[in-house]
Amino acid sequence: MIYLDHNATSPLRPQVLEAMLPFFTEGFGNPSSVHGSGRRARQGLDEARRRVAALLEVHESQIVFTSGGTESNNMAIFGQAARHKFRGHLVTSTVEHPAVLQVYERLQHYGMGVTLVGVDHNGCLHPEEVRAALQPDTVLLSLIHANNETGVIQPLAAISEACRADYPNLVIHTDAVQSVGKIAVRFAELGVDMLSLSAHKWGGPKGVGALVMDKHLAIDPWLLGGGQERGRRSGTENLPGIVGCGMVAASLQQTLTAEMERLQPLQRYLEQRLREALPGSHILGQQAAARLPNTTAWVMDGIQGETVVINLDLSGFAVSSGSACGSGRSHPSHVPTAMGIPAELAASMVRISLGWNTTQEEVERFVTAFIQVIKRLQQLSGSSGNG
Amino acid sequence: MAYNEKVLDHYENPRNVGSLDKDDPSVGTGMVGAPACGDVMKLQIRVDDTGVIADAKFKTFGCGSAIASSSLVTEWLKGKSLDEALSIKNQQIADELALPPVKIHCSVLAEDAIKTAVSDYRKKQQGVG
Amino acid sequence: MKLPIYMDYQATTPMDPRVLEEMLPWFVEKFGNPASRSHAFGWEADQAVERAREQVAELLGADPREIVFTSGATESDNLAIQGVARFYQDKGRHIITLVTEHKAVLDTCRHLEAEGFQVTYLPVQRNGLLDLELLAAAITDQTILVSVMAANNETGVIQPLAAIGQICRQKKVLFHCDAAQGVGKMVLNVDAMQIDLLSLSAHKIYGPKGIGALYVRRRPRVRLKPFMHGGGHERGMRSGTLATPLLVGLGKACALSGAEMQEENRRVLELRNRLQQGIFSQLTHVVVNGDLEHRLAGNLNISFDYVEGESMMMAIKDVAVSSGSACTSASLEPSYVLRALGVSEEQAHTSIRFGLGRFTTAEEVDFVIQTVVHAVNRLREMSPLWEMAQAGIDVNSVQWGTH
Repeated sequence: MIYLDHNATSPLRPQVLEAMLPFFTEGFGNPSSVHGSGRRARQGLDEARRRVAALLEVHESQIVFTSGGTESNNMAIFGQAARHKFRGHLVTSTVEHPAVLQVYERLQHYGMGVTLVGVDHNGCLHPEEVRAALQPDTVLLSLIHANNETGVIQPLAAISEACRADYPNLVIHTDAVQSVGKIAVRFAELGVDMLSLSAHKWGGPKGVGALVMDKHLAIDPWLLGGGQERGRRSGTENLPGIVGCGMVAASLQQTLTAEMERLQPLQRYLEQRLREALPGSHILGQQAAARLPNTTAWVMDGIQGETVVINLDLSGFAVSSGSACGSGRSHPSHVPTAMGIPAELAASMVRISLGWNTTQEEVERFVTAFIQVIKRLQQLSGSSGNG
Repeated sequence: MAYNEKVLDHYENPRNVGSLDKDDPSVGTGMVGAPACGDVMKLQIRVDDTGVIADAKFKTFGCGSAIASSSLVTEWLKGKSLDEALSIKNQQIADELALPPVKIHCSVLAEDAIKTAVSDYRKKQQGVG
Repeated sequence: MKLPIYMDYQATTPMDPRVLEEMLPWFVEKFGNPASRSHAFGWEADQAVERAREQVAELLGADPREIVFTSGATESDNLAIQGVARFYQDKGRHIITLVTEHKAVLDTCRHLEAEGFQVTYLPVQRNGLLDLELLAAAITDQTILVSVMAANNETGVIQPLAAIGQICRQKKVLFHCDAAQGVGKMVLNVDAMQIDLLSLSAHKIYGPKGIGALYVRRRPRVRLKPFMHGGGHERGMRSGTLATPLLVGLGKACALSGAEMQEENRRVLELRNRLQQGIFSQLTHVVVNGDLEHRLAGNLNISFDYVEGESMMMAIKDVAVSSGSACTSASLEPSYVLRALGVSEEQAHTSIRFGLGRFTTAEEVDFVIQTVVHAVNRLREMSPLWEMAQAGIDVNSVQWGTH
């Protein structure tokens, strides 16, 4: 089985598991305990915090560990809204992850104003359009950094600059769950106040993530009771998970550039082969200024994405037809629709996401199988594509 | 929280634990703190005819830093004049033991104990004189 | 015997090697996202999640569909209390809980108070137990929820859950139980005890940290406003990627606890009695805090008069214990739980919690007895309060300065 669904989750890197194991066994203490076992746990926690901070080039006090990207997003948005007593206005985009969109929906029920900014046909936001959506009472702008389905990277620094020209105190959060660990993400360069990340999307463990916060930003705590993480996030820390997150951050500091340089040609090769062999193929966001080096969202008229994915699974390839979301619902994703892709074309989407352990050979085998599957489906439906 | 080595040393090998006769006119006793606050320090000094502190003893109910602070000041007090004793500031104690911020109150308590013991001694001397 | 000896099982427990073994394949080889519906990696992960759900349900006498996975008991408590409060607020805005609850419950209740909910914090008796008549009297037609823990994290005192459940059901009020300390260590049955919501955590039952669950009754149906949004996992009640290895660990931990509880409790209780007798036969002026009968087998909370708890912990540094809850011992405030039992501030400062569990041995207990007795004698020699008490001065009658 060849796994090309790294945006859903990425296998744990072996050296990360190795770093975690001692904290499951002899280093099992509760970091809040005062005795030796608790202190050793605390040291493991501090070391992991330093490592994650180093990857993002922030101070360690800016890292709040959470149970994952969803919690980080909830904490950032609810926390900032609660700080403003759930009054005021919120801005986000039409291509966000459900973890952000649903929180916004909830806050709309609380009576807050919400504006969604649209993207162009490449999936990109335009700084001046984002700025135009802001109001004097806007308490939060939350934007995804790299899209989970298309890999399109938003020009956050330019957006932040444009917005802050008029609204210098605007608070900006970014959902960077898909970008951290796949491209170099430096917190300060993005021009944001908060950043959500999740470890399992880049070879770390599931069940751990972080919210990175500007030093001067205070939001209301969200998970209450116990006062861990300097009162910002209560609950006994998932120590082995946090240690694993630190380990993957530390190894990526060494290897990220090499990993990107290795994946980029694989992605280019994959997309080129698909376009050549399957006329009528489109890659969503291909003309975007920046895209993740691992994500390819393929569409083509007359094809059902779901069917392709099932056929590929039978041939031993794991990809997805959109985002892995919890409900098991199957309906076309909101992301291509937001890009102005017609519903029928959107329904053909197949997302191929490469990862740290993907090899050239795997990509080649996948391309061959993929082309076969599409050609067979086209024959079955009597269509020849659009030639 | 991890303890500094000096704290551990004083805690494990406390200097000058014990009591002096509190009714002796040459002895000054300072009892500060409260059980409800988790710290009680008893510091006693014996002053010789030349006005120099010849002996110092302590007993402390409290955390390791409180015990270490009182143990340390008994060492410092011996051989000092009363005015020299009064010049010992809590910051010096905190620095010497590298006390973390949450433990600074232990050094404050030790300074208070010195002041109370000296004042007790002086009061007694006035009574005698 | 290996030092240091871990005797802080209420703070967290070491993982059972059998749990870790079960988890390992789910990290690297079987790493799929259970929400991936398009390939075998996702399906096998999903199956593992559902198996874990069954194992958790079985331990509670619940239906697997009533189990919602969370990141731990703190999140479960937040979800249960905030979720019920926000869903049923049109019915009423009154919540009842106990002063001795965990901070996750108390802080959540305080937060709701700031939003205009009314919260009654019932006192407990000197033995730590809730007076049922007080509870019955506190319920009004505005009450929507009663939140009472199964067993206390500091004293191990077990509340009369079945009786509380009965009162709540009669008065048509939902009953939430924070069972982080109780699950796996006492028989809990959500039907027999008429519990509507129950929080649990894996790392207190020899499972991994970072994972827990909330039981939410289906019949009669309990509704919640979700707390964590996005993706719609866990039937919309809790979003976020399910951490398969952690869930597999939680499931296994529940299965082991269920199978071994009776035998384990018998063994642990014997060890606790040995510890208590060893200490009490060699020291005077020691008291057990909290009821001894209605109590977890693995908890012994003792006040050693005239010996401050933190210096005691330093003196017995080869033994990992805690003085007050692990979550709050970084602060210097005496335990609010012990204060609620009528323990004086003085005595609260002298309390030590011994937590025994699955891997505690008789040899360790004997070592702890010896270490503790030696330390107490040494510290009392150094204690001005002990000196006063020996001289016949009542320490409580002294006018202490305020410091």
